[in-house]
Amino acid sequence: MFLTLITFLPIIGAILLAFFPKENEGAIKQTALAVAAADFLLSLLLWTNFDNSTHKMQYGLNIPWIESWGINYHIGLDGISLLLYVMTTFLTMLCIIASWEVKKHIREYMMAMLALSTGMLGVFISLDLFMFYVFWEFQLVPMYIIVGVWGGPRRIYAAVKFFIYTAVGSLLMLVAIIWIYFHIKQTTGVATADILFITEHISAPLDTQKWLWLAFFLAFAIKVPMFPFHTWLPDAHVEAPTAGSVILAGVLLKMGTYGFLRFNLPFFPQASYDFMPFIAWLSIIGIVYGALVSMVQEDLKKLVAYSSVSHLGFVMLGIFALNEYGIQGALIQNINHGISTGALFLLVGVIYDRRHTRLIKEFGGLSKQMPIYAVCFMIVALSSIGLPGMNGFVGEFLILLGIFQVNGLWAACATSGVILAACYILWMFQRVMFLELKNPKNMKLKDMNMRELITIVPLLILIFWIGLYPKPFMKTFDASVNNLVSKVSPDNFRPKQDHNAGEHHASLITKTELAKLNAQLKTSHN
Amino acid sequence: MKPILAPESIDLIALAPVLVLSVFAMGVLVLDLWAGKNKTLVMFVSLVGLLMTAISAFAKNPIPAFAFTDSYIVDHLSLFFTCIFTLSSGMAILLSEDYNEREGIKVGEYYALILLCTVGMIVLASSTDMIMIFLGIEIVSICLYVLAGFKRDDPVSNEAALKYFLLGAFATGFLLYGMTLVYGSTGSTNLFKIADFVKTEGAQSNPLLLMGIVLLVIGLGFKVAAVPFHMWAPDVYQGSPTPVTAFMSVGPKAAAFAAFFRVFTEAIPEMAPSWEILLCVIAVLSMFVGNLGAIMQTNIKRMLAFSSISHAGYLLIAVIAKSSLAGSALLFYLLAYSFTTFGAFGIVILLGRKGQENLEIENYSGLAYKHPILALSMTVFLLSLGGLPPFAGFVAKFYIFSAAMEEGFVTLVIIAVLNSAISFYYYLKVVVFMYMKEPTGEFQISLTPMTLFVVIIGIIGTIELGIFPDSIIALTSIP
Repeated sequence: MFLTLITFLPIIGAILLAFFPKENEGAIKQTALAVAAADFLLSLLLWTNFDNSTHKMQYGLNIPWIESWGINYHIGLDGISLLLYVMTTFLTMLCIIASWEVKKHIREYMMAMLALSTGMLGVFISLDLFMFYVFWEFQLVPMYIIVGVWGGPRRIYAAVKFFIYTAVGSLLMLVAIIWIYFHIKQTTGVATADILFITEHISAPLDTQKWLWLAFFLAFAIKVPMFPFHTWLPDAHVEAPTAGSVILAGVLLKMGTYGFLRFNLPFFPQASYDFMPFIAWLSIIGIVYGALVSMVQEDLKKLVAYSSVSHLGFVMLGIFALNEYGIQGALIQNINHGISTGALFLLVGVIYDRRHTRLIKEFGGLSKQMPIYAVCFMIVALSSIGLPGMNGFVGEFLILLGIFQVNGLWAACATSGVILAACYILWMFQRVMFLELKNPKNMKLKDMNMRELITIVPLLILIFWIGLYPKPFMKTFDASVNNLVSKVSPDNFRPKQDHNAGEHHASLITKTELAKLNAQLKTSHN
Repeated sequence: MKPILAPESIDLIALAPVLVLSVFAMGVLVLDLWAGKNKTLVMFVSLVGLLMTAISAFAKNPIPAFAFTDSYIVDHLSLFFTCIFTLSSGMAILLSEDYNEREGIKVGEYYALILLCTVGMIVLASSTDMIMIFLGIEIVSICLYVLAGFKRDDPVSNEAALKYFLLGAFATGFLLYGMTLVYGSTGSTNLFKIADFVKTEGAQSNPLLLMGIVLLVIGLGFKVAAVPFHMWAPDVYQGSPTPVTAFMSVGPKAAAFAAFFRVFTEAIPEMAPSWEILLCVIAVLSMFVGNLGAIMQTNIKRMLAFSSISHAGYLLIAVIAKSSLAGSALLFYLLAYSFTTFGAFGIVILLGRKGQENLEIENYSGLAYKHPILALSMTVFLLSLGGLPPFAGFVAKFYIFSAAMEEGFVTLVIIAVLNSAISFYYYLKVVVFMYMKEPTGEFQISLTPMTLFVVIIGIIGTIELGIFPDSIIALTSIP
């Protein structure tokens, strides 16, 4: 019940805001912030009370929703979703602070922000496919509104592209969901869309498994976004308002990687294994391509957007290493990317608010005029590169460790992404912060104010905290990752593969195994 | 020659809703003579009539019950359809009240025609005999021809009525011809007897029967505005008075689908392999033409007309799946569709004023900041039409797609979901204008109570069916 409350608190706040007179901007902003802060604090309670030793779902609630179809309101958190959940409430709070100066239609803005929060939280707690899909689609609407109303000059194009692009992917996933529903109904006799039940009982033949896998893949790959489905991302990021970009990078993209961990891997371990090289190469292309494209961007926001493609490539690579290091690295890198890229977007927003441009060539020498800003930017930039001692390093290191165990070549190719990241980030930093302060418009820029610092400093703390002492974060998902790996690791499901290879063969194995077991039993008796 | 009717098969209780509503329709005509200019009383009596009809539909117990030598049936499907019809007619009448006053339509026959049309729809949904089906379709169509042209001094409305009448009459010809061919080859007009005949005599490849079925598809396809028999729809929808457009796109369409479903699943399910492919083509074409056509539109009524063509495509999927689950899905979809459509048209009416109907999508610019609640409601309706959760349209589509998946029509479902994605484009276009553009002119919206009431019902229905659909799903489930 507690989890339900936290999840729906923001949208209740949004409905409440609708009754505020729109002239009363102060009250609107304060109420929105109060709701978001309360939500964050409550979600921290979830973390502190979380039992790290089990992979089982916690704070679960399972009540019938659409009984005629066997669809339940089934929620719960495990190690995979907990941190993402907390990060969502955290970033929502920061975003509301960061949007304090929004002038246009502030009430509608805050309502959209809070509604978006509920949509995202719902995605992470849903343990029923139908319910998952409802939240998955629902959160598109507030995001679409945020980009489309408060965005830049090409906002409508970007918003519609974002919406349609994601909708196409998810609608095909819907077909797969319906297929699975009937498959489970036929094979087990139970009409249900329960994710945990399906994880245990799904047994589609390999060919079908691959089709289903691809349907889910498309939905999540668009969301992540993986190369070549990334084209909506730069548009959406560039046009979105600052807070929209932060949420987009920090949470929305994570829903894609979360989907892979929650559905593709446990539902279709065999197909996941078969598609592993395919994903690995797409991820590597994404890493290198994202980095190279970042390097030539003139717009700061676009640069950060393409760097997301690169970073998310790492996460995908980690997930499809299908071993503990890889998946742990992917999970922590999920969080890291949310923090670092979120902070980068906030920082870009800071100078955009002052200069209303994001073109790199307009800046230069800002470090003299805005020293605090430069320091913050430096820390975030280095964390994004993955400097040891900061958060990015932990994640990338684990991912590379994981993928190296699978294939040395992939690891080598991926590592080049780290080097390229250093190139584009540092070069950008140099052009914006150092050099001469030539542009007269930059002479009178004010340094960051208190409100902006409040949004950045918590992220800076997290950057060092995860970088130096990641254990409190890592231990939350240890058990869940172990459990997941035990299901999807190639070594663990190989026997199944043999089982699928042919009935004759399979029955032979079982017979010999039986004989062995009998022999063992006899010896133990003797 | 058979004797006229065995007395025991005359079952007036089964026929109760039709009788009650006919009496009320005529009563309304008479009442109109005394009512004078103010039609509120007439409207009120019409609504009471519809309510009584809905109640009297439950008089027959137990169901399914047959009457009039098996040509009329009271079963789960017809009962639920009767409820949908009375609901949609009620909403249409509520919408008309303010609209008619604004547009100066002060004729009481208007209400009588809607009631009579509803009578036809009930007959259509309850018939198990081709002759009865034809009767039902004719009652519905003739009322609609008149209703479409009700704005007599508006040339567009006249054009709509004339076009609808000419093409409709033509299609009726096809339908009747199809029925005679089926009768000629099976020896009966009764759906169950036809089914028996096809099963026992193995008439699956009888060319006469096949020809008859094709003609039936054409006739019924015209009535539900499926592609390629959809040409009339955009013009007629645009030209008719807006409440009539809303009415037309829900009630009569639902009725035609009821007949469609009955004929194809009860009379000739054995011949599914022959008609399945034909209907598949029509469904796919309807979805594509409807959705792609809607993208181009700048007039909101035309856009909704094209969107309703695409919805006919989705609904045909239920006919193709032909299981009992598909029947339930059809019911649920039409119920969800009626709430959503009436809500959307309600807002279209609210936005207009005398002499200026504001039907261009551009007229919606900036609505969200002048009338946030209206804009939000319109957004909910449009997204529900597109099939976005958590609204009724999503559950309805999920229902239909599930039914089709269960029967193994995976490709059809994939085409349908891709079409949903296309449809988001034009539904969002309206949202873009409402939220993302600056207002071009002043909105002079008078929130007339009746219309507002329909919008509220629409919102409640759309959200209720989307978030807590369980009770309605349980009701729709055909045992």
